[in-house]
Amino acid sequence: MEQQKIIPHLFRNEFSKITAVLAKFLGIEHLELAEDIASETFLLALETWPHRGIPENPSAWLYTVAKNKAKNHLKRGQIFAEKIRPQVASAFDEILEKDLDLSHQNITDSQLQMLFAICHPAISTEAQIGLALRILCGFGIDEIANAFLSNKETINKRLFRAREKLRFEQVAIEIPGEAAIHQRLETVLTTLYLLFNEGYYSESQDAVLRQDLCLEAMRLTYSLLENPATNQPTVNALLALMCFHSSRFEARKNAQDELVLYHEQDESLWNQELIERGIYFLHQAAQGPKWSKYHLEANIAYWYTIKADTQEKWENILQCYNHLLVLEYSPIVALNRTYALAKVKGNAVAIIEAEKLSLENNHFYFTLLGELYKDIDKGKAKTNFVKALFLAKTHTDKQTIQQKIDHLQIVETQKPGF
Amino acid sequence: MKDFILIFRHEDGGKLASPEQIQIWMQLTMDWLGGIAAQDKLVSRGNGLSFDESRVVGHNNLVTNGPFGDIKETIGGYVIVRAESIDEAVEFAKGCPVLMGEGNTVEVRKLAK
Repeated sequence: MEQQKIIPHLFRNEFSKITAVLAKFLGIEHLELAEDIASETFLLALETWPHRGIPENPSAWLYTVAKNKAKNHLKRGQIFAEKIRPQVASAFDEILEKDLDLSHQNITDSQLQMLFAICHPAISTEAQIGLALRILCGFGIDEIANAFLSNKETINKRLFRAREKLRFEQVAIEIPGEAAIHQRLETVLTTLYLLFNEGYYSESQDAVLRQDLCLEAMRLTYSLLENPATNQPTVNALLALMCFHSSRFEARKNAQDELVLYHEQDESLWNQELIERGIYFLHQAAQGPKWSKYHLEANIAYWYTIKADTQEKWENILQCYNHLLVLEYSPIVALNRTYALAKVKGNAVAIIEAEKLSLENNHFYFTLLGELYKDIDKGKAKTNFVKALFLAKTHTDKQTIQQKIDHLQIVETQKPGF
Repeated sequence: MKDFILIFRHEDGGKLASPEQIQIWMQLTMDWLGGIAAQDKLVSRGNGLSFDESRVVGHNNLVTNGPFGDIKETIGGYVIVRAESIDEAVEFAKGCPVLMGEGNTVEVRKLAK
Protein backbone atom coordinates (compact mmCIF):
# COMPACT_ATOMS: atom_id res chain seq x y z
CA MET A 1 0.00 0.00 0.00
CA GLU A 2 1.27 3.48 -0.81
CA GLN A 3 2.63 5.54 2.02
CA GLN A 4 -0.02 8.29 1.86
CA LYS A 5 -2.77 5.69 2.03
CA ILE A 6 -1.37 3.52 4.78
CA ILE A 7 -1.84 5.99 7.62
CA PRO A 8 -5.55 6.75 7.02
CA HIS A 9 -6.13 3.03 6.49
CA LEU A 10 -4.35 2.11 9.71
CA PHE A 11 -6.10 4.91 11.51
CA ARG A 12 -9.52 3.58 10.60
CA ASN A 13 -8.60 0.06 11.63
CA GLU A 14 -6.43 0.53 14.67
CA PHE A 15 -7.85 3.67 16.28
CA SER A 16 -11.06 1.90 17.19
CA LYS A 17 -9.24 -1.15 18.53
CA ILE A 18 -6.87 0.88 20.70
CA THR A 19 -9.70 3.05 22.01
CA ALA A 20 -11.89 0.08 22.87
CA VAL A 21 -9.12 -1.79 24.70
CA LEU A 22 -7.98 1.33 26.56
CA ALA A 23 -11.51 2.28 27.56
CA LYS A 24 -12.10 -1.22 28.82
CA PHE A 25 -8.79 -1.00 30.73
CA LEU A 26 -9.35 2.47 32.17
CA GLY A 27 -13.09 2.26 32.71
CA ILE A 28 -15.94 4.13 31.01
CA GLU A 29 -15.30 7.25 33.13
CA HIS A 30 -12.07 7.70 31.20
CA LEU A 31 -13.53 7.23 27.73
CA GLU A 32 -12.27 10.58 26.52
CA LEU A 33 -8.80 9.81 27.88
CA ALA A 34 -8.81 6.57 25.92
CA GLU A 35 -9.66 8.49 22.74
CA ASP A 36 -6.98 11.07 23.55
CA ILE A 37 -4.29 8.44 24.00
CA ALA A 38 -5.31 6.77 20.75
CA SER A 39 -5.20 10.15 18.98
CA GLU A 40 -1.79 11.01 20.47
CA THR A 41 -0.49 7.66 19.28
CA PHE A 42 -1.49 8.45 15.72
CA LEU A 43 -0.13 11.96 16.00
CA LEU A 44 3.23 10.50 16.90
CA ALA A 45 3.04 8.14 13.93
CA LEU A 46 2.23 11.04 11.62
CA GLU A 47 5.19 13.01 12.98
CA THR A 48 7.82 10.29 12.95
CA TRP A 49 6.96 7.88 10.14
CA PRO A 50 7.51 10.30 7.24
CA HIS A 51 11.14 10.82 8.44
CA ARG A 52 12.08 7.44 9.79
CA GLY A 53 10.00 5.37 7.45
CA ILE A 54 7.05 3.13 8.25
CA PRO A 55 7.98 0.49 10.83
CA GLU A 56 8.00 -3.13 9.78
CA ASN A 57 4.91 -3.95 11.79
CA PRO A 58 2.96 -0.67 11.99
CA SER A 59 0.13 -2.10 14.12
CA ALA A 60 2.55 -3.46 16.71
CA TRP A 61 4.34 -0.10 16.75
CA LEU A 62 1.03 1.66 17.42
CA TYR A 63 0.11 -0.78 20.20
CA THR A 64 3.47 -0.33 21.93
CA VAL A 65 3.20 3.46 21.80
CA ALA A 66 -0.38 3.33 23.06
CA LYS A 67 0.61 1.02 25.91
CA ASN A 68 3.45 3.28 26.96
CA LYS A 69 1.30 6.37 26.79
CA ALA A 70 -1.34 4.72 28.93
CA LYS A 71 1.26 3.63 31.49
CA ASN A 72 2.83 7.09 31.57
CA HIS A 73 -0.52 8.60 32.15
CA LEU A 74 -1.22 6.26 35.03
CA LYS A 75 2.21 6.96 36.52
CA ARG A 76 1.56 10.69 36.44
CA GLY A 77 -1.74 9.95 38.08
CA GLN A 78 0.12 7.83 40.58
CA ILE A 79 2.41 10.69 41.63
CA PHE A 80 -0.64 12.82 42.15
CA ALA A 81 -2.24 10.10 44.16
CA GLU A 82 0.87 9.38 46.23
CA LYS A 83 1.21 12.97 47.24
CA ILE A 84 -2.40 13.87 47.73
CA ARG A 85 -4.27 10.67 48.30
CA PRO A 86 -1.77 8.06 49.55
CA GLN A 87 -4.53 5.66 50.44
CA VAL A 88 -5.35 4.86 46.82
CA ALA A 89 -1.74 4.54 45.60
CA SER A 90 -1.77 0.77 45.88
CA ALA A 91 -4.72 0.58 43.54
CA PHE A 92 -2.64 2.21 40.81
CA ASP A 93 0.19 -0.24 41.43
CA GLU A 94 -2.23 -3.01 40.75
CA ILE A 95 -3.38 -1.47 37.50
CA LEU A 96 0.20 -0.98 36.39
CA GLU A 97 0.93 -4.61 37.11
CA LYS A 98 -1.72 -5.66 34.65
CA ASP A 99 -0.39 -5.39 31.18
CA LEU A 100 -2.53 -3.85 28.48
CA ASP A 101 -3.87 -6.84 26.58
CA LEU A 102 -3.92 -6.11 22.86
CA SER A 103 -4.47 -9.66 21.71
CA HIS A 104 -6.96 -10.29 18.91
CA GLN A 105 -9.37 -11.92 21.35
CA ASN A 106 -9.30 -9.03 23.79
CA ILE A 107 -9.70 -6.48 21.00
CA THR A 108 -12.80 -8.25 19.65
CA ASP A 109 -14.23 -8.71 23.13
CA SER A 110 -13.57 -5.10 24.11
CA GLN A 111 -15.18 -3.78 20.94
CA LEU A 112 -18.26 -5.89 21.47
CA GLN A 113 -18.52 -4.87 25.12
CA MET A 114 -18.01 -1.26 24.10
CA LEU A 115 -20.86 -1.57 21.61
CA PHE A 116 -23.17 -2.60 24.43
CA ALA A 117 -21.88 0.19 26.69
CA ILE A 118 -22.44 2.83 24.02
CA CYS A 119 -25.94 1.57 23.31
CA HIS A 120 -26.99 2.30 26.86
CA PRO A 121 -30.59 3.54 27.01
CA ALA A 122 -29.44 6.65 28.92
CA ILE A 123 -28.08 8.30 25.79
CA SER A 124 -29.93 9.36 22.66
CA THR A 125 -29.85 7.26 19.50
CA GLU A 126 -28.05 10.03 17.62
CA ALA A 127 -25.35 10.14 20.29
CA GLN A 128 -25.10 6.35 20.26
CA ILE A 129 -24.40 6.36 16.54
CA GLY A 130 -21.96 9.24 16.92
CA LEU A 131 -20.04 7.44 19.65
CA ALA A 132 -20.07 4.19 17.69
CA LEU A 133 -18.64 6.00 14.67
CA ARG A 134 -15.97 7.65 16.80
CA ILE A 135 -14.96 4.86 19.15
CA LEU A 136 -15.75 1.71 17.22
CA CYS A 137 -15.27 2.79 13.64
CA GLY A 138 -12.47 5.31 14.09
CA PHE A 139 -14.22 8.14 12.27
CA GLY A 140 -12.91 11.67 12.72
CA ILE A 141 -15.17 14.40 14.08
CA ASP A 142 -15.22 16.00 10.61
CA GLU A 143 -16.38 12.78 9.03
CA ILE A 144 -19.11 12.29 11.62
CA ALA A 145 -20.26 15.88 11.09
CA ASN A 146 -20.33 15.17 7.36
CA ALA A 147 -22.31 11.96 7.80
CA PHE A 148 -24.92 13.73 9.94
CA LEU A 149 -24.93 16.85 7.70
CA SER A 150 -23.95 18.77 10.79
CA ASN A 151 -20.94 20.75 12.01
CA LYS A 152 -17.95 19.92 14.16
CA GLU A 153 -19.10 21.91 17.19
CA THR A 154 -22.49 20.22 17.32
CA ILE A 155 -20.95 16.78 17.06
CA ASN A 156 -18.30 17.57 19.67
CA LYS A 157 -20.95 18.81 22.07
CA ARG A 158 -23.15 15.79 21.42
CA LEU A 159 -20.31 13.34 22.03
CA PHE A 160 -19.17 15.23 25.11
CA ARG A 161 -22.63 15.05 26.66
CA ALA A 162 -22.91 11.37 25.77
CA ARG A 163 -19.58 10.56 27.46
CA GLU A 164 -20.64 12.55 30.54
CA LYS A 165 -23.84 10.57 30.66
CA LEU A 166 -22.04 7.22 30.44
CA ARG A 167 -19.71 8.35 33.22
CA PHE A 168 -22.63 9.53 35.35
CA GLU A 169 -24.49 6.25 34.86
CA GLN A 170 -21.28 4.32 35.59
CA VAL A 171 -21.97 2.07 32.65
CA ALA A 172 -19.83 -1.06 32.79
CA ILE A 173 -17.94 -2.12 29.68
CA GLU A 174 -19.19 -5.66 29.50
CA ILE A 175 -21.63 -7.90 27.72
CA PRO A 176 -24.72 -7.72 29.91
CA GLY A 177 -26.15 -10.83 31.49
CA GLU A 178 -28.42 -13.10 29.51
CA ALA A 179 -31.61 -11.41 30.66
CA ALA A 180 -30.33 -7.93 29.87
CA ILE A 181 -28.89 -8.95 26.49
CA HIS A 182 -32.34 -9.36 25.03
CA GLN A 183 -33.38 -5.82 25.98
CA ARG A 184 -30.05 -4.14 25.14
CA LEU A 185 -29.49 -6.10 21.95
CA GLU A 186 -32.49 -4.37 20.45
CA THR A 187 -30.86 -0.96 20.96
CA VAL A 188 -27.54 -2.27 19.65
CA LEU A 189 -29.28 -3.53 16.51
CA THR A 190 -31.14 -0.24 16.05
CA THR A 191 -27.82 1.61 16.22
CA LEU A 192 -26.18 -0.72 13.71
CA TYR A 193 -29.24 -0.53 11.46
CA LEU A 194 -29.20 3.27 11.53
CA LEU A 195 -25.46 3.32 11.04
CA PHE A 196 -25.91 1.23 7.91
CA ASN A 197 -28.79 3.40 6.69
CA GLU A 198 -26.74 6.51 7.30
CA GLY A 199 -24.30 5.11 4.77
CA TYR A 200 -26.81 3.65 2.37
CA TYR A 201 -29.25 6.53 2.13
CA SER A 202 -26.92 9.33 3.21
CA GLU A 203 -27.49 12.64 1.48
CA SER A 204 -23.82 13.57 1.78
CA GLN A 205 -21.98 13.38 -1.52
CA ASP A 206 -18.91 11.60 -0.20
CA ALA A 207 -19.30 8.17 -1.80
CA VAL A 208 -16.27 6.66 -0.06
CA LEU A 209 -17.47 7.70 3.37
CA ARG A 210 -20.92 6.30 2.68
CA GLN A 211 -19.59 2.92 1.74
CA ASP A 212 -17.26 2.93 4.76
CA LEU A 213 -20.22 3.52 7.08
CA CYS A 214 -21.98 0.49 5.64
CA LEU A 215 -18.91 -1.71 5.86
CA GLU A 216 -18.32 -0.71 9.49
CA ALA A 217 -21.94 -1.44 10.36
CA MET A 218 -21.58 -4.87 8.75
CA ARG A 219 -18.29 -5.56 10.53
CA LEU A 220 -19.82 -4.75 13.92
CA THR A 221 -22.94 -6.80 13.19
CA TYR A 222 -20.74 -9.70 12.18
CA SER A 223 -18.79 -9.40 15.44
CA LEU A 224 -22.09 -9.99 17.27
CA LEU A 225 -22.43 -13.28 15.40
CA GLU A 226 -18.97 -14.35 16.51
CA ASN A 227 -20.10 -14.33 20.13
CA PRO A 228 -22.42 -17.22 21.06
CA ALA A 229 -24.38 -15.01 23.47
CA THR A 230 -25.29 -12.57 20.73
CA ASN A 231 -25.46 -14.93 17.76
CA GLN A 232 -29.24 -14.65 17.62
CA PRO A 233 -31.82 -14.88 14.82
CA THR A 234 -32.49 -11.11 14.75
CA VAL A 235 -28.77 -10.38 14.38
CA ASN A 236 -28.53 -12.82 11.49
CA ALA A 237 -31.58 -11.21 9.92
CA LEU A 238 -30.01 -7.76 10.19
CA LEU A 239 -26.77 -8.92 8.60
CA ALA A 240 -28.72 -10.63 5.81
CA LEU A 241 -30.53 -7.34 5.19
CA MET A 242 -27.21 -5.47 5.03
CA CYS A 243 -25.71 -8.04 2.64
CA PHE A 244 -28.65 -7.79 0.23
CA HIS A 245 -28.62 -4.01 0.23
CA SER A 246 -24.89 -3.60 -0.15
CA SER A 247 -24.85 -6.11 -3.01
CA ARG A 248 -26.20 -3.28 -5.18
CA PHE A 249 -23.61 -0.69 -4.16
CA GLU A 250 -21.69 -0.76 -7.44
CA ALA A 251 -24.86 -0.50 -9.50
CA ARG A 252 -26.39 2.43 -7.63
CA LYS A 253 -24.13 5.11 -9.11
CA ASN A 254 -23.19 5.83 -12.71
CA ALA A 255 -19.89 7.21 -14.02
CA GLN A 256 -21.12 10.76 -13.30
CA ASP A 257 -21.74 9.76 -9.67
CA GLU A 258 -25.51 10.10 -10.08
CA LEU A 259 -27.95 7.79 -8.35
CA VAL A 260 -29.23 4.98 -10.59
CA LEU A 261 -32.72 3.82 -9.67
CA TYR A 262 -33.38 0.14 -9.03
CA HIS A 263 -35.18 -0.50 -12.32
CA GLU A 264 -32.42 1.07 -14.36
CA GLN A 265 -29.56 -0.74 -12.61
CA ASP A 266 -27.22 -3.06 -14.46
CA GLU A 267 -27.83 -6.40 -12.77
CA SER A 268 -24.43 -7.72 -13.75
CA LEU A 269 -22.96 -5.21 -11.29
CA TRP A 270 -24.86 -6.72 -8.38
CA ASN A 271 -22.48 -8.58 -6.11
CA GLN A 272 -23.55 -12.24 -6.22
CA GLU A 273 -21.25 -13.24 -3.40
CA LEU A 274 -22.92 -10.80 -1.02
CA ILE A 275 -26.34 -12.00 -2.17
CA GLU A 276 -25.34 -15.58 -1.37
CA ARG A 277 -23.99 -14.57 2.03
CA GLY A 278 -27.27 -12.78 2.65
CA ILE A 279 -29.22 -15.92 1.83
CA TYR A 280 -27.01 -17.88 4.23
CA PHE A 281 -27.64 -15.43 7.11
CA LEU A 282 -31.35 -15.34 6.27
CA HIS A 283 -31.47 -19.13 6.67
CA GLN A 284 -29.69 -18.81 10.01
CA ALA A 285 -32.19 -16.12 11.01
CA ALA A 286 -35.12 -18.42 10.29
CA GLN A 287 -34.18 -20.69 13.19
CA GLY A 288 -35.90 -18.56 15.79
CA PRO A 289 -39.56 -18.59 16.74
CA LYS A 290 -40.05 -14.85 16.32
CA TRP A 291 -40.13 -12.67 13.22
CA SER A 292 -38.62 -9.27 13.82
CA LYS A 293 -38.78 -6.27 11.52
CA TYR A 294 -35.27 -7.23 10.40
CA HIS A 295 -36.57 -10.61 9.24
CA LEU A 296 -39.30 -8.91 7.25
CA GLU A 297 -37.00 -6.29 5.78
CA ALA A 298 -34.37 -8.90 4.93
CA ASN A 299 -37.05 -10.94 3.17
CA ILE A 300 -38.13 -7.94 1.13
CA ALA A 301 -34.48 -7.18 0.32
CA TYR A 302 -34.03 -10.80 -0.75
CA TRP A 303 -36.90 -10.58 -3.24
CA TYR A 304 -35.37 -7.39 -4.60
CA THR A 305 -32.24 -9.35 -5.54
CA ILE A 306 -34.41 -11.05 -8.15
CA LYS A 307 -35.00 -8.45 -10.79
CA ALA A 308 -37.75 -10.11 -12.83
CA ASP A 309 -41.30 -9.04 -11.96
CA THR A 310 -43.11 -12.21 -10.97
CA GLN A 311 -46.44 -12.54 -9.21
CA GLU A 312 -44.74 -14.62 -6.50
CA LYS A 313 -42.13 -11.93 -5.87
CA TRP A 314 -44.61 -9.09 -5.44
CA GLU A 315 -47.10 -11.16 -3.46
CA ASN A 316 -44.32 -12.02 -1.00
CA ILE A 317 -43.10 -8.44 -0.81
CA LEU A 318 -46.65 -7.19 -0.23
CA GLN A 319 -47.18 -9.64 2.64
CA CYS A 320 -43.91 -8.57 4.26
CA TYR A 321 -44.92 -4.92 4.04
CA ASN A 322 -48.34 -5.76 5.53
CA HIS A 323 -46.66 -7.43 8.49
CA LEU A 324 -44.14 -4.61 8.89
CA LEU A 325 -46.92 -2.04 9.07
CA VAL A 326 -48.89 -4.06 11.56
CA LEU A 327 -45.73 -4.26 13.71
CA GLU A 328 -44.97 -0.56 13.43
CA TYR A 329 -46.31 2.26 11.27
CA SER A 330 -43.92 4.18 9.06
CA PRO A 331 -44.91 6.46 6.14
CA ILE A 332 -42.13 5.11 3.91
CA VAL A 333 -43.27 1.53 4.53
CA ALA A 334 -46.86 2.60 3.82
CA LEU A 335 -45.73 4.02 0.46
CA ASN A 336 -43.67 0.95 -0.41
CA ARG A 337 -46.56 -1.29 0.51
CA THR A 338 -48.82 0.63 -1.86
CA TYR A 339 -46.28 0.20 -4.66
CA ALA A 340 -46.20 -3.56 -4.03
CA LEU A 341 -50.01 -3.58 -3.96
CA ALA A 342 -50.04 -1.97 -7.42
CA LYS A 343 -47.73 -4.73 -8.67
CA VAL A 344 -50.04 -7.42 -7.27
CA LYS A 345 -53.50 -5.96 -7.83
CA GLY A 346 -52.99 -3.29 -10.45
CA ASN A 347 -52.74 0.49 -10.38
CA ALA A 348 -56.46 1.19 -10.13
CA VAL A 349 -56.76 -0.70 -6.84
CA ALA A 350 -53.55 0.85 -5.54
CA ILE A 351 -54.70 4.42 -6.32
CA ILE A 352 -57.75 4.00 -4.08
CA GLU A 353 -55.50 2.79 -1.26
CA ALA A 354 -52.83 5.41 -1.96
CA GLU A 355 -55.28 8.30 -1.72
CA LYS A 356 -56.25 7.16 1.78
CA LEU A 357 -52.65 7.60 2.97
CA SER A 358 -52.85 11.42 2.69
CA LEU A 359 -49.15 12.06 3.27
CA GLU A 360 -49.50 15.59 1.94
CA ASN A 361 -46.03 16.76 2.98
CA ASN A 362 -44.14 13.88 1.45
CA HIS A 363 -42.76 14.17 -2.08
CA PHE A 364 -42.46 10.39 -2.37
CA TYR A 365 -46.22 10.22 -1.83
CA PHE A 366 -46.94 12.43 -4.84
CA THR A 367 -44.27 10.69 -6.91
CA LEU A 368 -45.98 7.38 -6.20
CA LEU A 369 -49.40 8.79 -7.10
CA GLY A 370 -47.91 10.21 -10.30
CA GLU A 371 -46.47 6.80 -11.18
CA LEU A 372 -49.77 5.04 -10.47
CA TYR A 373 -51.73 7.51 -12.61
CA LYS A 374 -49.22 7.45 -15.48
CA ASP A 375 -51.12 4.95 -17.61
CA ILE A 376 -54.58 5.84 -16.32
CA ASP A 377 -54.81 9.63 -16.34
CA LYS A 378 -51.86 11.65 -17.67
CA GLY A 379 -53.30 14.93 -16.39
CA LYS A 380 -53.53 13.62 -12.82
CA ALA A 381 -50.10 12.05 -13.16
CA LYS A 382 -48.62 15.41 -14.07
CA THR A 383 -50.42 17.29 -11.26
CA ASN A 384 -48.99 14.83 -8.76
CA PHE A 385 -45.47 14.94 -10.17
CA VAL A 386 -45.55 18.75 -10.04
CA LYS A 387 -46.60 18.62 -6.38
CA ALA A 388 -43.74 16.20 -5.74
CA LEU A 389 -41.29 18.51 -7.52
CA PHE A 390 -42.42 21.39 -5.33
CA LEU A 391 -41.90 19.36 -2.12
CA ALA A 392 -38.61 17.64 -3.04
CA LYS A 393 -35.58 18.98 -1.21
CA THR A 394 -32.46 17.51 -2.76
CA HIS A 395 -31.14 18.23 -6.21
CA THR A 396 -31.12 14.52 -7.10
CA ASP A 397 -34.78 14.10 -6.15
CA LYS A 398 -35.82 17.18 -8.12
CA GLN A 399 -33.88 15.92 -11.13
CA THR A 400 -35.51 12.49 -11.01
CA ILE A 401 -39.01 13.98 -10.75
CA GLN A 402 -38.35 16.50 -13.52
CA GLN A 403 -37.34 13.60 -15.79
CA LYS A 404 -40.65 11.91 -15.07
CA ILE A 405 -42.55 15.09 -16.03
CA ASP A 406 -40.49 15.48 -19.20
CA HIS A 407 -41.12 11.88 -20.11
CA LEU A 408 -44.89 12.32 -19.64
CA GLN A 409 -44.84 15.32 -21.99
CA ILE A 410 -42.86 13.47 -24.64
CA VAL A 411 -45.39 10.67 -24.57
CA GLU A 412 -48.22 13.20 -24.72
CA THR A 413 -46.92 15.01 -27.80
CA GLN A 414 -46.35 11.71 -29.56
CA LYS A 415 -50.02 10.89 -29.30
CA PRO A 416 -51.68 11.25 -32.68
CA GLY A 417 -54.02 14.21 -32.89
CA PHE A 418 -52.92 15.64 -29.59
CA MET B 1 -59.80 10.30 16.61
CA LYS B 2 -61.51 7.58 18.62
CA ASP B 3 -60.74 3.92 19.07
CA PHE B 4 -63.19 1.33 17.80
CA ILE B 5 -63.15 -2.41 18.24
CA LEU B 6 -64.21 -4.58 15.32
CA ILE B 7 -65.53 -7.89 16.58
CA PHE B 8 -65.76 -10.73 14.10
CA ARG B 9 -68.74 -13.01 14.48
CA HIS B 10 -68.86 -16.29 12.66
CA GLU B 11 -72.11 -18.12 12.09
CA ASP B 12 -70.35 -21.47 11.98
CA GLY B 13 -66.88 -21.41 13.45
CA GLY B 14 -66.72 -25.17 13.50
CA LYS B 15 -66.32 -25.39 9.73
CA LEU B 16 -62.99 -26.88 8.77
CA ALA B 17 -60.73 -25.07 6.37
CA SER B 18 -57.98 -26.68 4.29
CA PRO B 19 -54.37 -25.48 4.73
CA GLU B 20 -54.62 -23.81 1.30
CA GLN B 21 -57.78 -22.00 2.35
CA ILE B 22 -56.13 -20.90 5.57
CA GLN B 23 -53.16 -19.59 3.59
CA ILE B 24 -55.41 -17.54 1.28
CA TRP B 25 -57.43 -16.42 4.25
CA MET B 26 -54.30 -15.21 6.06
CA GLN B 27 -53.18 -13.29 2.99
CA LEU B 28 -56.54 -11.60 2.60
CA THR B 29 -56.59 -10.72 6.28
CA MET B 30 -53.08 -9.27 6.11
CA ASP B 31 -53.96 -7.25 2.98
CA TRP B 32 -56.91 -5.81 4.85
CA LEU B 33 -54.97 -5.12 8.06
CA GLY B 34 -52.01 -3.73 6.08
CA GLY B 35 -54.34 -1.26 4.38
CA ILE B 36 -55.57 0.05 7.72
CA ALA B 37 -52.06 0.09 9.20
CA ALA B 38 -50.76 1.98 6.14
CA GLN B 39 -53.05 4.84 7.18
CA ASP B 40 -51.60 4.65 10.70
CA LYS B 41 -55.08 3.72 11.96
CA LEU B 42 -54.45 0.27 13.39
CA VAL B 43 -54.34 0.49 17.18
CA SER B 44 -54.01 -3.21 17.88
CA ARG B 45 -54.00 -6.19 15.62
CA GLY B 46 -56.03 -7.78 18.40
CA ASN B 47 -56.22 -11.52 18.36
CA GLY B 48 -58.03 -14.46 16.94
CA LEU B 49 -60.09 -16.55 19.30
CA SER B 50 -59.65 -20.26 18.82
CA PHE B 51 -62.72 -22.33 18.10
CA ASP B 52 -61.17 -25.36 19.82
CA GLU B 53 -61.22 -25.81 23.55
CA SER B 54 -63.98 -23.39 24.30
CA ARG B 55 -66.41 -23.49 27.16
CA VAL B 56 -69.35 -21.45 28.24
CA VAL B 57 -69.73 -20.87 31.94
CA GLY B 58 -73.29 -20.00 32.82
CA HIS B 59 -75.36 -19.02 35.81
CA ASN B 60 -74.81 -21.38 38.75
CA ASN B 61 -71.43 -22.32 37.29
CA LEU B 62 -73.00 -24.50 34.68
CA VAL B 63 -70.27 -25.32 32.18
CA THR B 64 -71.15 -26.29 28.64
CA ASN B 65 -68.81 -27.55 26.00
CA GLY B 66 -68.23 -24.70 23.59
CA PRO B 67 -70.59 -21.92 22.75
CA PHE B 68 -71.71 -23.44 19.49
CA GLY B 69 -74.64 -25.42 20.74
CA ASP B 70 -76.37 -22.60 22.54
CA ILE B 71 -75.38 -19.51 20.61
CA LYS B 72 -75.93 -19.00 16.93
CA GLU B 73 -72.89 -16.82 16.34
CA THR B 74 -69.41 -17.18 17.74
CA ILE B 75 -66.77 -14.53 18.18
CA GLY B 76 -63.73 -15.39 16.07
CA GLY B 77 -61.48 -12.49 16.93
CA TYR B 78 -61.10 -8.74 17.02
CA VAL B 79 -58.92 -5.81 16.00
CA ILE B 80 -58.86 -2.24 17.28
CA VAL B 81 -58.74 0.67 14.86
CA ARG B 82 -58.51 4.44 15.17
CA ALA B 83 -61.08 6.46 13.23
CA GLU B 84 -62.55 9.95 12.97
CA SER B 85 -66.07 8.61 13.31
CA ILE B 86 -68.13 5.47 13.58
CA ASP B 87 -68.74 5.80 9.83
CA GLU B 88 -65.04 5.59 9.07
CA ALA B 89 -64.71 2.58 11.37
CA VAL B 90 -67.64 0.98 9.52
CA GLU B 91 -65.80 1.55 6.23
CA PHE B 92 -62.84 -0.37 7.67
CA ALA B 93 -65.15 -3.16 8.77
CA LYS B 94 -66.67 -3.44 5.29
CA GLY B 95 -63.30 -4.57 3.92
CA CYS B 96 -62.92 -7.37 6.47
CA PRO B 97 -62.56 -10.80 4.82
CA VAL B 98 -64.71 -12.33 7.58
CA LEU B 99 -67.70 -10.88 5.74
CA MET B 100 -67.04 -13.20 2.81
CA GLY B 101 -68.59 -15.98 4.85
CA GLU B 102 -72.35 -16.01 4.59
CA GLY B 103 -74.06 -15.16 7.86
CA ASN B 104 -70.91 -13.68 9.38
CA THR B 105 -70.89 -10.17 10.80
CA VAL B 106 -68.44 -7.59 12.08
CA GLU B 107 -69.65 -5.67 15.07
CA VAL B 108 -68.21 -2.14 15.43
CA ARG B 109 -68.15 -0.68 18.93
CA LYS B 110 -66.57 2.44 20.27
CA LEU B 111 -64.20 1.80 23.15
CA ALA B 112 -65.61 3.46 26.25
CA LYS B 113 -62.25 4.88 27.25
